[in-house]
Amino acid sequence: MILLSTVRRILTQLRHDPRTIAMIIVVPTLLISLLSFMYEGQPAVFDRIALTMLGVFPFVVMFLITSIAMLRERTTGTLERLFTTPVGKLDLLFGYGIAFGLAAAVQAAVAAGFAHWALGMDTAGSIGLVVLIAVANAVLGVALGLLASAFARTEFQAVQFMPVVAAPQLLLCGLFVPREEMAGWLQAISDVLPLSYSVEALTEVGVHTDPTGIMWRDLAVVVAAVVVALVLGAATLRRRTA
Amino acid sequence: MSTAIEVENLVVRRGKRAVLDGFFCAVPQGSVTGLLGPSGSGKTTLMRAIVGVQTVVSGRVTVLGHPAGSVPLRRRIGYVTQAPSVYADLTVAENARYFAALHRLTAADADGAVDAVGLSGHAGQLVANLSGGQRSRASLACAIVSRPEVLVLDEPTVGQDPVLRDELWGHFRRLAADGATVLVSSHVMDEANRCDRLLLIRDGALIADDTPEAVKRSAGTGDLDQAFLTLIKRQELAAA
Repeated sequence: MILLSTVRRILTQLRHDPRTIAMIIVVPTLLISLLSFMYEGQPAVFDRIALTMLGVFPFVVMFLITSIAMLRERTTGTLERLFTTPVGKLDLLFGYGIAFGLAAAVQAAVAAGFAHWALGMDTAGSIGLVVLIAVANAVLGVALGLLASAFARTEFQAVQFMPVVAAPQLLLCGLFVPREEMAGWLQAISDVLPLSYSVEALTEVGVHTDPTGIMWRDLAVVVAAVVVALVLGAATLRRRTA
Repeated sequence: MSTAIEVENLVVRRGKRAVLDGFFCAVPQGSVTGLLGPSGSGKTTLMRAIVGVQTVVSGRVTVLGHPAGSVPLRRRIGYVTQAPSVYADLTVAENARYFAALHRLTAADADGAVDAVGLSGHAGQLVANLSGGQRSRASLACAIVSRPEVLVLDEPTVGQDPVLRDELWGHFRRLAADGATVLVSSHVMDEANRCDRLLLIRDGALIADDTPEAVKRSAGTGDLDQAFLTLIKRQELAAA
């Protein structure tokens, strides 16, 4: 009940901000269109990169939105006030996770649908699986964003966490250099970064008609990373502060 | 009259400074108690400790017989922070309805609270577009919507025009008449006369804990501002 009210409250806040909604929905689609122009005449390259980007964009966008939104709860005093009410930490964390997860589902569906039907992105597997993995990625962005907001005092600092958290994952996920060709220590880092698994899962959908065991395992790793980030996020939320 | 809030030997540090150092006070149930003192005297810290969001070093804070901040109190207490803590990107009504929902109350309850703070004409407006005084009333509406037994208000009348301030005090008095315990901080002394009891606090120490009449009588003046000064001087002399 409290969780549902919190989800509704966060979605209502989003509804009052049409510019943000437009950015959430339009920006990934525009960027993927840009990719399709860049790789005109090289459909195989476009397919591979666009597929990866369908996993990366929701992650980045949701990380940013969530870390700022949660930071605002902390700095405007609403978080302190909520902690004098029956709201639980998990109501808040899952409230943000579900509300922004829904927004991310719309984003991923629009971007993947557009890439598939308008830009001719080809995947051996189902486009529905692409959307599923993209949504899992977005929720990962939400969970890490909630966690990162605990370490930022200001919105300036919060946006700086985006390159810190997102850039290494993007560089090491296998898009630029295949993971098996990386130096051992880079591979080891890549192995502990959750985005590596979502990119691998997407690649699996790209080349196999049916969902593979590797894809399901990778998806499970991403979901586990979400749970770990939410638990750590809950640990950083303190009812009492100095 | 029983005690609603009891603070015993409370110690709170912020950084290296002890904001409250062995603080005692008691607030009777069903009263309007004013927490008066200059800026930086520890009013907000004391209020945060009472609602259970302040990290305390030692001491005991009991509210309605429960330790401050404990689960059963979260349905029975209302807190209004000094800076209005409402969602700027929601309308007044949406804010009140969210806080109502947290207490399993309906939209009608929420609208009643908005009406009680005189904002029904602005219910559909985004909080971001309101004036400072209207924002703090929106914040107040979100606290009174649950009809809390203990209402802790940190400077709720700052920036309000005199007519509204009068109405708000009337509202606090009605809540107290219905049995609620209202603790209001202020640094405006003329508001202190409208309280049942006063807690005068300076540099984290309690200087007086009495009715406004008794405070004035003991200082030998009819003016509360003057009484406050006299009590501070008397305390400094006693300490010297």
